[in-house]
Amino acid sequence: MPLWQGHTPELRARVRSCAARLRDGFEAAGAVPVECPILLPAATLLDLYGEDIRARAYVTSDALRGEQMMRPDFTVPVVEMHMADGAEPARYTYSGEVFRRQEEDEARANEYLQVGVEIFDGSNPAAADAEVFALTRKAVEGLNLRAATGDIGILMAAVNGLNTSAPRKAALLRHIWRPRRFRALLDRYAGRAPVPAARAALLKAEDPFAKAGMQIGLRSRAEVEERIATLREDAGTDPISDREVGLIDAILSVRETLPFALERLRDIAVDMPSISDAVEGLAARAAALDARGIDIAALDFEAAYGRTHMEYYDGFVFGLYAGSRPDLPPVASGGRYDTLTRLLGRANGRPEGMPAVGAVVRPGLVVELEENA
Amino acid sequence: MSIKLGVPSKGRLMEKTFDWFGERGITLGRAGSDREYAGRVEGIEGVELVLLSAGEIPRELAAGRIHLGVTGTDLVQEKLANWDQQVESLAEMGFGHADLIIAVPACWADVDGLDDLDAAAALFRARHGFRLRIATKYHRLVRDFLRDNGVADYQLVDSQGATEGTVANETAEAIADITSTGDTLRANHLKILSDGLILRSQATLFRSRKAQLSDDDRRVLGALVERLKID
Repeated sequence: MPLWQGHTPELRARVRSCAARLRDGFEAAGAVPVECPILLPAATLLDLYGEDIRARAYVTSDALRGEQMMRPDFTVPVVEMHMADGAEPARYTYSGEVFRRQEEDEARANEYLQVGVEIFDGSNPAAADAEVFALTRKAVEGLNLRAATGDIGILMAAVNGLNTSAPRKAALLRHIWRPRRFRALLDRYAGRAPVPAARAALLKAEDPFAKAGMQIGLRSRAEVEERIATLREDAGTDPISDREVGLIDAILSVRETLPFALERLRDIAVDMPSISDAVEGLAARAAALDARGIDIAALDFEAAYGRTHMEYYDGFVFGLYAGSRPDLPPVASGGRYDTLTRLLGRANGRPEGMPAVGAVVRPGLVVELEENA
Repeated sequence: MSIKLGVPSKGRLMEKTFDWFGERGITLGRAGSDREYAGRVEGIEGVELVLLSAGEIPRELAAGRIHLGVTGTDLVQEKLANWDQQVESLAEMGFGHADLIIAVPACWADVDGLDDLDAAAALFRARHGFRLRIATKYHRLVRDFLRDNGVADYQLVDSQGATEGTVANETAEAIADITSTGDTLRANHLKILSDGLILRSQATLFRSRKAQLSDDDRRVLGALVERLKID
C-alpha cells in the first residue's frame, strides 16, 4: 500500500518528522542542507535520461517556459546548483517530494518524500564511497536491512580492455545498462550469432544505394556512407575471443561476500589486467568501509548489481532492502555517478565534471517498516 | 436503464460498424439528419447508440460511461494502462486493419532493423547534438516497444496527423504510425523496418469491465451477445 496517498494526518506527520530526523543526521555529519525547485526544465532531463524518463516522470507545460518536469529525483538539480556555485568540494543534504509516474502498478506511490546526501569530493573516492554508505546505513539502522553492493566500473574496465576495435567497445559500453542488447552485441562481435541476411546483402552490394530513392531528411547521404564504411571495416574485424567472452561472463557471475568477491576478481585480473585498477579501487573501498566499522566479511557484493535499474551510476552502487518485505522497493540506494556530472557539465561550462557519490532514503518506507516491526 | 454502445461518429469506421451490426440483424443509424450525433437502434430492445470520436471511446469504456464500444486495438492499448483489466475484447470485427510500425527514410541504405536504428541514433546524436527524433501519436506503445528492444538515443516528437511528411520537413528523422497498405509511406520515401512491427490493430468490439450493470442490463447484454454470436 502506498504510504503517502490517502493516509491519516498523523501518519503523514510521522513521515515528515522521520524525513527531518534523517536530514538532521546528514547535516550533523557535515552536509549543508539545500532546497531545490519541484518544476525542472524538461529538456535537461530528457537529454540526460532519454525518452524513458517520460514514462517515469510527470511532464507539464506552459506557453512561456515550455515543458517542465516534476522533480523525479534530486540528483540533477543538486549537481547543477553545485556547478553554478563554483564546484568546490562539498557535501549536501536535502529532503522533499519526488514524483514518479506509475502506469502499471497502482500500489506503487507516485509521490513520496526522499532524503538524500551527496558528496562532491575527489580527494579520496574510496573514502567518499564508504562515507556515503556508512551514513546511509546508520540512518536506517535498527530496521535490519539487507545491503546489496556492486561496482559497474569493473565491467566497464573489462569492456575497455577488450582486444577489439574502438567502435565495438563504444557500442558495448553504450549498452552496459541494457543487459539483453549488451549480450546480443557481444555474441555478434564474438562471431557466435550469424550475420543477419540484410546486413550480409548490404556488405556485398556494389551499390548500396541502388534502391534508396530520393534523399530526404536531416541525416545526410554522407552519414549513411560513413556508417556503411564502418560496417564494412567491422566485418573485417577479428571476433572477440572465447577467452575474453569467458572472462566477461566470469566477472558478471561474481556474487559473494566482499572479501571473497575481491579474491575472485583478483584471480580474473591475472588473465585480464585491464580490470586491475578497478579491482584495486574495490579493495581500497573495502578497506575504507572496514575503517568506518562496516562488517565487510558479511557484506554481499554482486558485480552485475545495479545494471538494469541504475543507469549512469558508473562505479560503486548499493541498495538497502527489507528482507521481510520483498514487495518493497529499496529503502535506500545510492552510488557513484561521475559520468553523469560530465554530461551535465557540458551545458554548464564544466565538461570535465567532478567526482560525485550520493544516496537517497525513503522516510515513508522507514516509517512503514517501523510500524510493522 | 439501458446498455450504451459507443460507435465512431463518422467515416468508414462508422459505416462498417453499422454494416457489421446490420449483418447480425441489428440496425444502427443516426436519429435524424446525417449531421445529427444522436443514434437509433432497431432489432433489439434496451440498447442505446452513442456516437463518439473513435479516439474517445477507450476513455469512455475505462470510465464505465459506456458498456460497449467499437474502436481500434491500437487506441485501446495506447490510451489505457493495463488495458485488459479495464476492457474485454468481445469480437474482432474484420475491418479497420492497420499496423503500427516504425519507418525510416528509404535512403537510409544502412538501416534495415532496430539494431541499425539504434546504431544510427547513436551516430546521429553525436553528429547533430540532439537525439534522433521519431514522430508519432502513439507515445506509450512506441516507447515501450523501443525500450523492450534496447533502442537508445532517440526522442519522440508528437505528430497528430500527416506524420509521414515530418521526415521530408525535417521535423523528425523517423516515424511510428499506422499503415494499412504502405502506399502513403512509399509516396513519402519511407520504408518499414524489417522488425519494426509494434502492433497489428483492427476494429474491435470491447466491453467495459468498469460499467455498472443492473439485472435488466445484464439480460440485455446477454441477449445482444447471443444475437451477435460472439460468445
